[in-house]
Amino acid sequence: MSARSLRRHVTSGLMTGLVAVLSFTAVLALVLILGDLIAKGASSLNWDFFTKNPVPAGQSGGGVANAIVGTGIIVGLAALIGLPVGVGTGLYLAEYGSGRLGWIVRFVADVLNGTPSIVIGIFAWTWLVRPLHGYSALAGSVALAALMVPMIARTTEEMVRLVPHSLREAALALGYPRWRTSLRIVARTALAGIVTGCLVGVARIAGETAPLLFTALGNLNFTTSVTQPMQTLPHQIYEYATGPFEEWHRLAWASALVLMALVLLLGVTARWAIRQRHGAAR
Amino acid sequence: MAPPADARLRLETVRLTALYGRRAVVKDVSILFPAHTVTAVIGPSGCGKSTFLRCLNRMHELSEGGWVTGRVLLDGADVYDDAVDPVQLRRRIGMVFQRPTPFPTMSIYDNVAAGLRVNGHRGRRALDEVVERALTQAALWDEVKDRLRASALALSGGQQQRLCIARALAPQPEVLLLDEPTASLDPAGTQRIEELCHELKRVYTIVIVTHNMQQAARVSDYTAFFYVGELVEVGRTDELFTRPAEERTEAYITGRFG
Repeated sequence: MSARSLRRHVTSGLMTGLVAVLSFTAVLALVLILGDLIAKGASSLNWDFFTKNPVPAGQSGGGVANAIVGTGIIVGLAALIGLPVGVGTGLYLAEYGSGRLGWIVRFVADVLNGTPSIVIGIFAWTWLVRPLHGYSALAGSVALAALMVPMIARTTEEMVRLVPHSLREAALALGYPRWRTSLRIVARTALAGIVTGCLVGVARIAGETAPLLFTALGNLNFTTSVTQPMQTLPHQIYEYATGPFEEWHRLAWASALVLMALVLLLGVTARWAIRQRHGAAR
Repeated sequence: MAPPADARLRLETVRLTALYGRRAVVKDVSILFPAHTVTAVIGPSGCGKSTFLRCLNRMHELSEGGWVTGRVLLDGADVYDDAVDPVQLRRRIGMVFQRPTPFPTMSIYDNVAAGLRVNGHRGRRALDEVVERALTQAALWDEVKDRLRASALALSGGQQQRLCIARALAPQPEVLLLDEPTASLDPAGTQRIEELCHELKRVYTIVIVTHNMQQAARVSDYTAFFYVGELVEVGRTDELFTRPAEERTEAYITGRFG
């Protein structure tokens, strides 16, 4: 083996080793977080945890039913508002967004995407909470939706752009009007990708805390009224984790585990949706 | 060229020029397409033959910067007239592309029915009939009749291309444009499509763009030779291939360039 060939082999080996170590580090973070959550939170998971509301400070027992239901309602409502707007915007950008207006929308979406979520929260407080004289779950949902729209819009645009141009032409040549081509052929073909983007978007906002601090506020009692302050899991974790009681810390760990499981579930569902699409393409 | 006196004229281009921005890619082309004939458009890559085809059903104007001058007459009426809706026009002039383009989210049946549904045809039985007829015309019926609900992507490349032909035939267009329809097919698939051309010209007027001169000679009644955007020569296929009038045509068909 020549010296040059040897050097190549060594370099190759070193680089492979290096990227292996780096990947391991990346995965390690997730494994440590999950492991820690399970170790400290799993023991507190029981029926009461899911069905009971918080008990007064210092007492033991109780659960976070209000926060679980609250997260469901606020995130669900945010998705209801944000998904149609986001998907519609993305479709517009991909199909009709080649002009100046498209450029502006794309630019605004990118800026919004980079806006710290707490700024969105303050914004929602200024425009919704203050004028209406009260914190509400609805304001929280609007804040989360605002956070979600640019994200969903951009992923939808990417997914729609992946649809081959030839398919569009085939539909147009068949006498499809432009809008029906966009909806019936292009959007349908990109559907799995769009759904995946939506699931990732929902997972991303499900764990948000900052925009909810000024909007949904938090609530120790169980409520389903969207015009009232409402508790969410991230907020509950924040309160319990910063509180002085051992019992609270225990519940915070368990809540964190539930939240993490929720986000993971959405992520896995998204993965599964992608797999379905690629399976169909074969 | 003069078509036979008894042949009805279906399609005609008059001094047709196609441009991208300020660049003309098809220059001043006038051709007659008699009804129930197959006209082959041949020429080297980039000579504008695909663009020419796309002018006939007004697909060219959908490309970035695409526009035309001159006229395209379908049964005597200019398809570029302001009163003509290009969407409606494309229902009268069907098109099949180089690569098979089945709609991936639709079944075989739905692919064929797509052009009818968009036209407002909903009746279940009428659709069944048209789908069967179109698939039969495209010589695909026997291969798919037991799995009409299967995904169109389950078909082979050649079958997918015949499916696309069936899809183009289902709305009963008057003219069929084929843009190198066998470019991505194997010899067996190519032969099926060529046989189809012979079958289909009894009902339709066909214009086929092809790279392949043997194919042009096999399937067409008339042949038009394009070179760098210009129509060099057009005539009866047997004459053009045996006694070309133009030097450049002879050079191309004898393989001296292109």
